[in-house]
Amino acid sequence: MRVGNELLRVKDLKVSLIDGGGYKTIIDDVSLSIHEGETVGLIGPTGSGKTVTAKAILGVLQPIGAARPQWSIEGEVLYRGRDLLKISGEEFRRLRGDEVSMIFQKPAGSLNPILEVGEQTGEPVDAHEEIERRRLREMVIDHLGRVELPDAGRRFRWFPHQFSGGEAQRIMIASALICNPSLVVADEPTSDLDVTIQRQVLELLKRVKGEFGLSMLLITHDLGVIAEMSDYVYVMYAGRIIEHGDVYGIFEDPTHPFTRGLLRSTPRIDSDRFELIDMPGELPQPPYDIPGCVFHPRCSQVTDACREKKPVLTECRPGHHVACLRAGEI
Amino acid sequence: MTEKKPAVSRTRMRLNQLIKGAREFAAIYRSSTPGLVGLAILMFLVLTAVFAPYISPYDPYTRVDRPLRPPSDKYLLGTNDIGQDIFSELIYGTRVSLTIGFLAALFTVVIGTLVGVVSGFMGGSVDEVLMRFTDVIMILPSIPLLILLMAIFGRQSYLIMILAISITGWTGTARMVRSSTMSIKERTYVEASKAIGAGEGHIILKHVLPNVSPLIIATMIYQVAGAMMSEAGLSFLGLGDPGHKSWGMVLHYAQTSGGWYANQGYPAWWWIIPPGLLIAFTVASLVLIGQTMEEIINPRLRMR
Repeated sequence: MRVGNELLRVKDLKVSLIDGGGYKTIIDDVSLSIHEGETVGLIGPTGSGKTVTAKAILGVLQPIGAARPQWSIEGEVLYRGRDLLKISGEEFRRLRGDEVSMIFQKPAGSLNPILEVGEQTGEPVDAHEEIERRRLREMVIDHLGRVELPDAGRRFRWFPHQFSGGEAQRIMIASALICNPSLVVADEPTSDLDVTIQRQVLELLKRVKGEFGLSMLLITHDLGVIAEMSDYVYVMYAGRIIEHGDVYGIFEDPTHPFTRGLLRSTPRIDSDRFELIDMPGELPQPPYDIPGCVFHPRCSQVTDACREKKPVLTECRPGHHVACLRAGEI
Repeated sequence: MTEKKPAVSRTRMRLNQLIKGAREFAAIYRSSTPGLVGLAILMFLVLTAVFAPYISPYDPYTRVDRPLRPPSDKYLLGTNDIGQDIFSELIYGTRVSLTIGFLAALFTVVIGTLVGVVSGFMGGSVDEVLMRFTDVIMILPSIPLLILLMAIFGRQSYLIMILAISITGWTGTARMVRSSTMSIKERTYVEASKAIGAGEGHIILKHVLPNVSPLIIATMIYQVAGAMMSEAGLSFLGLGDPGHKSWGMVLHYAQTSGGWYANQGYPAWWWIIPPGLLIAFTVASLVLIGQTMEEIINPRLRMR
């Protein structure tokens, strides 16, 4: 069962694009919670709304394009009881980086090519408080050392192109942690790295999580990463949470047909099953306007009811929730 | 950490960074012949302007001999209609022309950068208003506007001329800086910076300005050329400051005081051709420098 106090609670989050009078819903009815010291996995296919969820939580959704459609965010994002959607922009800005931090998908692109990495590692501190240069530099070198960047004492003056992808991600992690946040949102932290480096970065994340007493929201489409890192898992599909439970429940006994299909289509080293079964159909693209269950066009267990009625998340066994009308039967 | 030497101050760090960057820049610049030629011409002119009192044989504002003497070893480029030494006039004119050119370009670029960064970064209605205003200024034909401004406010003051050139010339820079800002603010590192709590001022100072500055510097060189042409044009039309004779003004006097038939019915070539050539050479050297800098900033141009 989940331990610790609740740190973040997202309630009925709905994010839409207002585009010339039209409303396009990108994510709907997303509720999740993160407890202190927990790593919560958010998994789902490309375009299912994982990153939008993360950015909505941190309040960094960017206006897109010249036509400037604007984001509409409804629901509640409670961080230690404060609703982040209701506080002022300036208050939110102070919270970001200091209490809640983010690690991005593309480490190389997240570093400004013409600024020294040391300066960028210290950027959160710089943005939040007045600090003596010398002390900031000590902090930067200390944190770069803690993320095991080799030769940090000399290389903090180097520029981003002088580092490898793995090293760049270490720098981003150091930067995310330098203000001692309580919650870190890691948006696919390893998907831009090759496999051996992935392993190192994951080990590092695990270690710093313990060392800094962090809670983490880990976003990925990689089942292996989720299985290894998280305590609790939310499965997202087409802008909705369709199943959630602790990591054992999700991997040992998945209930939603999508989660099952996902696990069946992934190779496992500890299984005697050799055949991978792919899922029929294609990924829906946002905005989603699927009547009934969002997964019904691809579901092998579909019934007439699935095409009309939206399933809600219900507890199908203690601590395990699923949004499927036929959860009891299949 | 066993750090023995005292902490390097931030200014020192910046300075080292700048020197490193400048060295790299110089290394590439040296490989460009046109760039070096342009730079040589400009350096020569700048030195002339700085040391004008020591180089020029006579005072350009006093009469030294009979009017309209052709070039001789006493008066390298002859004398004008009131007996002033033209060679000295041109040496002092270098000072005036370059000063007006560089100062006007500086103001132009400052206004353009300010408008461009604010417009590109803020977006929305601020951007709309600023860009429509830019369009209006851009659409006004600049030479008549300059003449008008000079005629109303500034006959005979070169400071007013600098301001007039700046307020008619910043529009192109503003547009360029705006589009560059817009592309930079969408980069992942700006988003990352926002996600760690950086405010708008911080992002503009740390991410946007450093990234647009190479573009701004290259633009400024072209702006100097443009400003010098505007200055020459206005002065030729008689809107310059008689207390500060520039090349354009030498031409103006040649034109209004009969330089075209002063040489026994023929044009006094020593009066007309040298200032014209000086203007042409200066603008050409600036364009050569500007092109070389552009090539360094945008390596794709080097392929041509």
